Amino acid sequence: MITMEPFKRVNGIVAPLDRVNVDTDQIIPKQFLKLVQRTGFGQYLFFDWRFYPDGKPRPNFVLNEPRYEGAKILITRANFGCGSSREHAAWSLLDYGFRAILAPSFADIFYNNCFKNGILLVTLDEATIEKYFDQAAKRAGFSLEIDLTLQTIRDPDGSVVRFNIDPFRKKALLEGLDDIELTLKHEEKIRKYEEKLQPIRLIQK
Amino acid sequence: MTGRTIFDKVWDSHVVHEEPGRPTLIWIDRHLVHEVTSPQAFDGLRLASRRVRRPDLTFATVDHSIPTTDRSLPIQDPIAAKQVEVLGNNCREFEITYHDLKHPQQGIVHVIGPELGLTLPGLTIVCGDSHTSTHGAFGALAFGIGTSEVEHVLATQCLWMEKPRNLEIRVDGKRPRGVTAKDIILSIIGKIGTSGGTGSVIEYRGEVVSTLSMPERMTICNMSIEGGARAGLISPDETTFRFIEGRQYAPKGEAFEKAKEYWREIATDDDAKFDRGVQFNANKMAPQVTWGTTPAMVTDITGNVPAPNDFDDPNTRKAVARALEYMALEPGTSIQSIKLDRIFIGSCTNSRLEDLIAASKIVKGKKVASGVKAMVVPGSQIVKYQAEKQGLDRIFKDAGFEWREAGCSMCLGMNPDILAPGERCASTSNRNFEGRQGREGRSHLVSPIMAAAAALTGHFVDIRDWDIPE
Repeated sequence: MITMEPFKRVNGIVAPLDRVNVDTDQIIPKQFLKLVQRTGFGQYLFFDWRFYPDGKPRPNFVLNEPRYEGAKILITRANFGCGSSREHAAWSLLDYGFRAILAPSFADIFYNNCFKNGILLVTLDEATIEKYFDQAAKRAGFSLEIDLTLQTIRDPDGSVVRFNIDPFRKKALLEGLDDIELTLKHEEKIRKYEEKLQPIRLIQK
Repeated sequence: MTGRTIFDKVWDSHVVHEEPGRPTLIWIDRHLVHEVTSPQAFDGLRLASRRVRRPDLTFATVDHSIPTTDRSLPIQDPIAAKQVEVLGNNCREFEITYHDLKHPQQGIVHVIGPELGLTLPGLTIVCGDSHTSTHGAFGALAFGIGTSEVEHVLATQCLWMEKPRNLEIRVDGKRPRGVTAKDIILSIIGKIGTSGGTGSVIEYRGEVVSTLSMPERMTICNMSIEGGARAGLISPDETTFRFIEGRQYAPKGEAFEKAKEYWREIATDDDAKFDRGVQFNANKMAPQVTWGTTPAMVTDITGNVPAPNDFDDPNTRKAVARALEYMALEPGTSIQSIKLDRIFIGSCTNSRLEDLIAASKIVKGKKVASGVKAMVVPGSQIVKYQAEKQGLDRIFKDAGFEWREAGCSMCLGMNPDILAPGERCASTSNRNFEGRQGREGRSHLVSPIMAAAAALTGHFVDIRDWDIPE
């Protein structure tokens, strides 16, 4: 069962991660993939970037700056989440407290993984992302309010940006749908398909 | 009716349910499972009292977190040992075929799938691993999924998916001597970038692609994900059929003949339309070496490390500056002058028998350079057995290489095979991300023959300058 917290809106501090092509190896390094549970990964998020090898926090990494403490929204650059399919990346972002990520583009598998875990990914044009980077740098405690129902992002000055999202993904997030439950509603169709499977597609024993 | 691509045909034949404005529910023919991305999925099944719908189409092995040393010894790392134990228990509970650590057919999931005949043209194949694209070499639609999707496939044997676009990548011309499949795919990624294939399924076509062996095709399709693609595939042909014939789980006799007819039909039609296309000419390709921290940061063996200012985009400039700092490389350094500490020949990209034979020809009768630690990790126990039958293990060991048991090993360093901080490695694997092979380790991606040559000299060399025995 995939238990997912429904997502309606989030209002929170924005942490800016100014790097392109952030891969899932950086989001959560391999040594933490040996764990067999789904929870508690937040402490390992961006581990090698957040901590020195001796475990002390690196003061210049964005998430270690006191002004971004408690951030719920991450803004970053193109192709965020590329590389490995590890869903641990989504689990660690969520467990750390991020509910939404804004970027010019995301990698495909990571995109799916986040939506399955109730994290909203918003694809925005480079200019809008740049504007938010500027604001996050200039104003301590810069926060955004994202409303999924209205598909809007509101900044503290009241300026509103509308974003696009696939209606099916939107519904799933709003309702916290269990995918498997939804699929099983099509049981009859699955069974019919299954019955017609050509034998050459099966594993020959 | 206009022609269709192989991807269109495989997609259409797997649609279970579709309706406008929603993803499509597609059937999955093969579900490959390993220890790292499955435990939470099995837990989910138990929590909801669900069963595995088709254990007969599900197949498990252990590859990521296991040691590649003596298999008669227990796993030292208690967390890895636990993960392996959990997979064994899950396979028993849910009645899934499992090739465990001691099984003679254990190996990297993307090596053993094709080896055992689980991978066939026209199938949909998923695994909780991004390099599932490897199986596309057979004309299967194969792609990596996350753990929630693993759970979904276990429970339903189906997956919700928006149909990706068709991207044609043509490689024509004639491949020069010393230029391998690895160099072709690195050249492609160097051009299209790490997100050039996002939202697309790549079909590799053209004069060069049609002459490639199956292991070479697997190397190319394997790295489709490094170009951001959802999957990569190659239409099946006689080379594909010859490889499949006689494999353990493949159709046999009359069924094989019937299957071939079907497989021929699914190949891309001559008048098929792609959404996009990129052309390459192999004549101009050279052996490739990555210098940065993405597979797209790559250049010819005759090239130099670039400077951030060589790039127009400000974000790329920043990324290059950061990569050079991480890699401890100065702009303008010639690639061939880069000195190496470690050599890794292995991974789902380049650990098949053909890769090991090619590397062994370079190494035979020579010695690994002093100060260099080199290792060969066969992709599967079958590869290891076949290599040993040909005496390849002796060639490597005599030269000073370590010869290991099968697994993912130093490709991602989930087991004890990792780089020490600051160590520089020539690796036949697929990712040179920061810390990928060990925290603060520095990885350069190359072909098996380039890795073998680098092992002997202690720095990168242009393999084209060497006599390569046929």
